[in-house]
This record gives sequence, structure tokens and C-alpha cells, in this order.
Amino acid sequence: MSQAILKVSNLTKSYGAIQAVGGVSFEVPAGEIFGVIGPNGSGKTTLFNSMLGQITPDGGRIELKGEDVTHLGPLELNRRGVGRTFQTLQVFPKMSVMDNLLVAAQEHEGNKLSRLFGAHSQHIEDLANHFIDQFKIRHVAHQRAGELSYGQQKLVDIAMAFMREPEVVLLDEPCAGVNPSLVGEISRLLKLLNKERGGSFVVIEHNMDFVMGLCDRVMVMVEGQILAIGSPDEIRSNEAVLNAYLGN
Amino acid sequence: MKRIQLILTLLSLLALAIIPGFLKSHGIYLFTYWLIYVIACMGLNLTVGYAGQKSLGHAAFLGLGAYCMALMLKAGLGFWLGLPCAALLCFIVGWLLGFPALRVQTIYLAFATLGFNTAIWLFMRNEEWLTGGTFGINNIERPSLMGLSLQNNLRYYYLVLFVAALLALALWGLLRSPWGRAFTALRDNPIRAESLGIDIQSYTLLSFAIGAAYAGVAGALMASLVQFIDPAPFNVEASIMMYLMVVVGGPGYFLGPILGAAVGVILPEWLRFAQAWYLLIFGAAVITLMIWLPDGLLSLPSVLAKKRQSREASKKRQEAASLLQAHTGENP
Repeated sequence: MSQAILKVSNLTKSYGAIQAVGGVSFEVPAGEIFGVIGPNGSGKTTLFNSMLGQITPDGGRIELKGEDVTHLGPLELNRRGVGRTFQTLQVFPKMSVMDNLLVAAQEHEGNKLSRLFGAHSQHIEDLANHFIDQFKIRHVAHQRAGELSYGQQKLVDIAMAFMREPEVVLLDEPCAGVNPSLVGEISRLLKLLNKERGGSFVVIEHNMDFVMGLCDRVMVMVEGQILAIGSPDEIRSNEAVLNAYLGN
Repeated sequence: MKRIQLILTLLSLLALAIIPGFLKSHGIYLFTYWLIYVIACMGLNLTVGYAGQKSLGHAAFLGLGAYCMALMLKAGLGFWLGLPCAALLCFIVGWLLGFPALRVQTIYLAFATLGFNTAIWLFMRNEEWLTGGTFGINNIERPSLMGLSLQNNLRYYYLVLFVAALLALALWGLLRSPWGRAFTALRDNPIRAESLGIDIQSYTLLSFAIGAAYAGVAGALMASLVQFIDPAPFNVEASIMMYLMVVVGGPGYFLGPILGAAVGVILPEWLRFAQAWYLLIFGAAVITLMIWLPDGLLSLPSVLAKKRQSREASKKRQEAASLLQAHTGENP
């Protein structure tokens, strides 16, 4: 296993008497696509939100490239190279698709004053055009994002997370609410992006075919604990996972 | 900018340059007053319409700009120094007012800014040693430009028109820069914006500060237009009226303040014939507008376009259903 880009050690988070995440530890090496699965209420979202600075964990440590980022907020994490998508659609509805992509990268070049007096660089415009072609949304590139179909907005949403050229991308249920043909397309795109641009992805998803087809390793959570970590084949044949989550 | 938009803009500017030449003194004064509110509302539109911050304290900045100009003129510091100082003062105070917006949003932010307006208004009314209290400050001069006196209403109108055009151009550039996109992202979805590396705190403060600076310039121009200021035009009611102008014109539409300020400044003049019924007619018109066009007057073309698209889609569905029925003999 290559060096871990993301390392979570003994992370805990409770809501009152309920322990949502109880001492979770795992590592994600550079370039790996890492899946997190588990039934509703297993602590996946709490784990995700802790890793993204949305909530403060009660205990434990999160390291990004060896740096302790446990208590950093979303802005600082993004500046350190973490991209994300949300469970629900989070595009900017009144901006065009192109502007949605440009705004997702613009804060990472120049300084505030140069962004006032200068336009965005050719590099981010080229990158936006590249994603527009790669995600096959060229025909709607200048339409308002809010006017697109759900599936098209989902593609824009995912593309936005990659505009910053992040080293770690956390994808929260990227297939939620999309039709089966688009699920296949999203899987193909994520594999392509992983191959083309490198970076590590952490994916929460309920669609087992998608997770097993996409991820290098999968972690199964039940009641805030890790039940198993392994390759998709290992997870599929794990008795405890079959009994607790996947079923026979 | 598309060619047609450029032509329309130039024609509008030409009309604004020519029409007042044919008006009497009161008409010119009214046009100047309207342009001053256009400037103030352009700033409020940035704060409210583009950055999505609910501000009900904009009249306070208009007042700060006006008193800054009046006091500087009285101190002999001159109009041309007073104008940037009014903008700078309001930029700083606006920046400070933005801090509550980092903690509260929506109606709670509106109340915080409303409280700010009340505090500034009380200061203007009670601190007679500085502001003249309810007696105000009179005999405020109008400036000269390279030896040319702008005392005349028409000349002063052209100065205000020039400043308004310049500030509109600056805002146009700002909204098309990455800052403009960041403001819109802040309005539409601050959580997503932050996850993309947009510093929502600094953009929130900037939206208040820049919006306030526009009001400061408007206030400074107003002081020299009216040549007398007292606290009355800068109370909470005036702030609500300015908010209404932005909403009526279309928040987040570049030309919204032009239309909104016309509704707030010129329409009441046209409705003078109605005397006591004026407020009732004005109120009814605003309620009707909010029901049919909640995104303001400038949203009318997009509302009509959506209705047309919906009708066309419905017609196509009906045609497809009829065809299917003709082929299969079944009702789909």
C-alpha cells in the first residue's frame, strides 16, 4: 500500500446518549477509490461530515498528507486540496453551467484584488471546457444550471468538485436519485477522472453494484463501528457483512 | 455585452442627457433625485440582490454620506474631497455592519441592520453639536468643476448622471469579474460556496461595504442637491422604501435599481393627483406586483418566456397523444 493521503484515527462523535461514530480508524492511500457502505444510521454521514469540517468530532484525529486537519472547517480543507459533493444537488441554480464550473476553481488562483480586476485564467477556462466535454454537457453549457434535468445537474455538481483539481474528493451518494444508465456513466467518469488526474476518492453510496464496481476497497459500517474493510470481493464474501448488511 | 444591449444602453444614456434639457426646474430636480436613488439602490442591489444579505439599514449610509459631505463643506474641505471621503466612511462602516451578517441571516439580519439604522438616525437627531439635530445643516454648497459652477440644476444633473454612469460601469465590471460570481454563489448556496474555497465571510463583508459606499456617494450628492439636510430622509422608513425599490425593480437584475427607483421616486409624483389616495394606490400596485412578479418587474420577460415554453410543451404532448391514439386506437 502506498503512503496514506488521508488517515482517520479513532474518530468518535456522539449526539447525546447516541454514539454515531465510535472509534473509527482507516487510511486511504494516494490514488485509491475507497467506498463507505452501511445501513441507514450506521454513522456514515457523521463520519463524512467530521472529515469535511462540517461538524467537530468528540475525539480522534484526521490527517491529510500527514497534517492534523481535525478541527479545520470546509474552507480550509478545500484550500488544502479536499473537494466534495453533497447528498442533495448543490449547484448554483441562477448561474450558467460554465459559471458554476468557473466559480468552483476561481478562488485558487491569484489574490482577491487580482480576481476583482482580472478575469479568470485561461487554465481554469480550459479545465471547465474539458469537463464540459468529458461530462457530455456541452449542449447546456450556457444554460442556467437550475433549468437542467436532475441528471444533468448531478453531472455539473460532480464536475464542480473536480474543478479545483483536488487531491482528495469525498462523494456523498453520487448516485442518489439518478437513473440506472446515468449510474453507469457516473461510475465510468469517476474511474476516468481517477486514472487521468489521480487523487483519492472516498465514496458513500447505497447502490452496491456501483460501489463494488468502482471502489478499490470498501469499508462497511454498522452502528458507528467498522464491521469490515477489504476489496469488493472480500466484502461480498464476508459472513459478518452478509448477515448484518448485504444479506444472503 | 451584446450589440443590441450596447445600442439600447447608449440610446438610454442619450435620452437621459437630452430629456432634462426640455424640463422645468422641478422636473430636472426630480430626475436628479431619481438618479441619486439609482446609485444608492445599485449598492443595495449588490448587497441584497446579488449577495443575498437582507439589509434594512441602507438609508443610514445615505445619511452618513450626506452628513459627511455637509460637514466637510462647512469645514471648507470641498466637494471633491467630500465625495470620496463619504464613500470611504460608508465603506468602513458598511464593512463593520457586515459582521452581524456572519452570525445571523434572513429576518434576524434584517432586524440587526434595522437597529443599526435607528442608532445612526438617533445620532443624527440628538448630536446637535455635530449634525444640527432636527434643525439640520443648511446652505450646503454645490461644487464647481474647473471654474465652471454647477450651481445650476441642469449642470448639477449632468454631474450626477456622470457619477451614476461611472458607478454603473464599475458595478457592471465587478459583477462580471470572479467577485460577481462569488457574490452570486454566496447568495444561492453559502455552504456549497465555502466547500469550493470561497471565503464567504470576506465576501459577505465586502458586499455590505461596497453597497454602503454606493449609498455614501448617493448621500453626498443628495446633500449638495437639496442644499439642506436633516435626519428625516434617513430613517428606517427610507431604508424600507429603498429595499422596496430593489425588490420592485428585480433583485439581482442589473437594471433593477433604475426601474425600482423610478417607481419609488417618480411614480409618487405622477400619483400626486390622487392626493390622499396615493398611498393606497401605491400599496395596491406593490401588492399586485409581488403576487404576479415576485422577482420584480424585470423578471417579466423570463416569466412570459417560461409560460410560452410551458404552452408549447403542453401542445406537443397533446399532439403526440393524438397521434398515438390515431395509430393504436387507444386512449394513452
